[in-house]
Amino acid sequence: MEKELRLMKGNEALAEAAIRAGADGYFGYPITPQSEVMEYLMQEKPHERTGMVVLQAESEVAAINMVYGGAGCGKMVMTSSSSPGVSLKQEGITYIAGAELPCLIVNVVRGGPGLGTIQPAQSDYFQATKGGGHGDYNLIVLAPSSVQEMADFVELAFDLAFKYRNPAMILSDGAIGQMMEKVWLKPQKERNLKLPEWGTTGKTPGRERNIITSLDLNPAKQEQFNHKLQAKYREMEKNEVRYEEFQCDDAEYLFVAYGTSARVCQKAIQLARAEGIKVGLLRPITLFPFPKKIIHERAGQVKGILCVEMSAGQMVEDVRLAVNGLIPVEHWGRMGGIVPTPEEAVENLKSKIIGG
Amino acid sequence: MADNISIEEIIKPENLVYAKTGVMTDNITSYCPGCGHGTTHRIIAEIIEEMGIQSETIGVAPVGCSVLMYNFMDIDIQQAAHGRAPAVATAIKRLLPEKFVFTYQGDGDLAAIGTAETIHACNRGENILIVFINNGIYGMTGGQMAPTTLEGMKSSTSPYGRDVAMMGNPLKMTDIVATLPGTYYVTRQSVHKPGNVRKSKKAIRKALEYQKLNKGTCFIEIVSNCPSGWKMEPVESNEWMEKNMFPFYPLGDLKVPAE
Repeated sequence: MEKELRLMKGNEALAEAAIRAGADGYFGYPITPQSEVMEYLMQEKPHERTGMVVLQAESEVAAINMVYGGAGCGKMVMTSSSSPGVSLKQEGITYIAGAELPCLIVNVVRGGPGLGTIQPAQSDYFQATKGGGHGDYNLIVLAPSSVQEMADFVELAFDLAFKYRNPAMILSDGAIGQMMEKVWLKPQKERNLKLPEWGTTGKTPGRERNIITSLDLNPAKQEQFNHKLQAKYREMEKNEVRYEEFQCDDAEYLFVAYGTSARVCQKAIQLARAEGIKVGLLRPITLFPFPKKIIHERAGQVKGILCVEMSAGQMVEDVRLAVNGLIPVEHWGRMGGIVPTPEEAVENLKSKIIGG
Repeated sequence: MADNISIEEIIKPENLVYAKTGVMTDNITSYCPGCGHGTTHRIIAEIIEEMGIQSETIGVAPVGCSVLMYNFMDIDIQQAAHGRAPAVATAIKRLLPEKFVFTYQGDGDLAAIGTAETIHACNRGENILIVFINNGIYGMTGGQMAPTTLEGMKSSTSPYGRDVAMMGNPLKMTDIVATLPGTYYVTRQSVHKPGNVRKSKKAIRKALEYQKLNKGTCFIEIVSNCPSGWKMEPVESNEWMEKNMFPFYPLGDLKVPAE
């Protein structure tokens, strides 16, 4: 497969990108608004194209544990789901983090709580960036804001997951998953058949047995292990922060938004600047590690920050921590599956930040 | 008799009648005296050695008493979340189809919290071996009622005996999976007497041989004792098992391949 330009849904682009990135396995369970991922994979017969295994599991719980099993062999494996399904996966995700296994988990977020709605939302930010399951751990969290990024972040997420032996998540939303855009697909990568030495592939005479576990009953050792994990997360914060800035250089005010909300803010900036309001956008691409440093720097330049999120205000807490009281930081957003409009964003910038 | 044979004589290789398999490690066991786990571990390890498949075998340990199985068997092992071993094993086998993959699970793990994973792995006919230790109790957490606890049987959460009207009936998972088209070989054995150990060993070996044929799931229940959980002496627990467990969980094959 060569480099190729196609018109695709975000979910389909992600699925195609997974095949082309050389993924070894996908394990999933249907849930709106991300079912196209597995539908596309089944349609494409990736087993014939690359040897990739695709399996519909009996539940989200089984799917994430299949990911654990595959990742424990050192294979490049993934799952995808949407909010209620990702809640079910949390047990498996904390085991994966505790066993230090690389994998990709995709959450095409819908509104909650509970069964909520099938429309897009960003209300799983806390769950994605603060661990989600029990224990002290973090995922690497990437937030795409286009169909192109749905495709591109698959390989990036796998690279980071294997670099740090840590689960990575693509935190998308129902809008990015469902909308169609032009997308450049990369050429087919060969599947990596040389497995890492730590995986369970059968104990050959030359080595010690490989054990995949998250258990250590000795509290001193368990604390030591936790220190090791924390050191890994600090390393990610040093090396892996990604963000994008849009019209920030002359900005007097700043939007901070990711995913679909960032697209809304881009349009809002046009509207605001037509009225003479100098506002820019900082779009975190990695939600963990969070771009704290640049936000703190920009806080020394602008008069106020409005976080636009499709939630009751989750990322705003991380922005406030980064700003550390230097300037006002407010949240504005819509919930329950409503996508905010650019006009509303400008109005709220005026009322909450400029006039506030 | 042995009175006139020296120790040096006895330990000569030609006089050796039994040796610990190299597939068992020298780690001190965490199992209670008289418990069936140790014996079952040993026969699995012996079969792996006899078949020469140490470098081809991947085990999946559960949550429960055998959570530390990886300390005792010298093979690659993954420790799964509670009940999820069949899902973990499914992916291992599908991604490494040439390897031998088995799960080792207790009754709480396999027949309560992991019911869905067990039934669906068997129903898909995953080419794995599931070894199911049924001692009718949650051993590691301190003797609580399990899905397989017998009617009237006392446990720390059924202190007056299992009242089936209130707590439900003991679940015969092995009978259930035997009805599924995905299973190829289903049998129920025990390891409390030398003859039974031999039968169990034969069954496990057969199951691993079958795995090469890619015919479906092999499922072996070992009805076992739990002296600590049952609050009995080891010998007493075996007698109690014969008298009470075997009538409800009769030993023997439930499904054998047509030869």
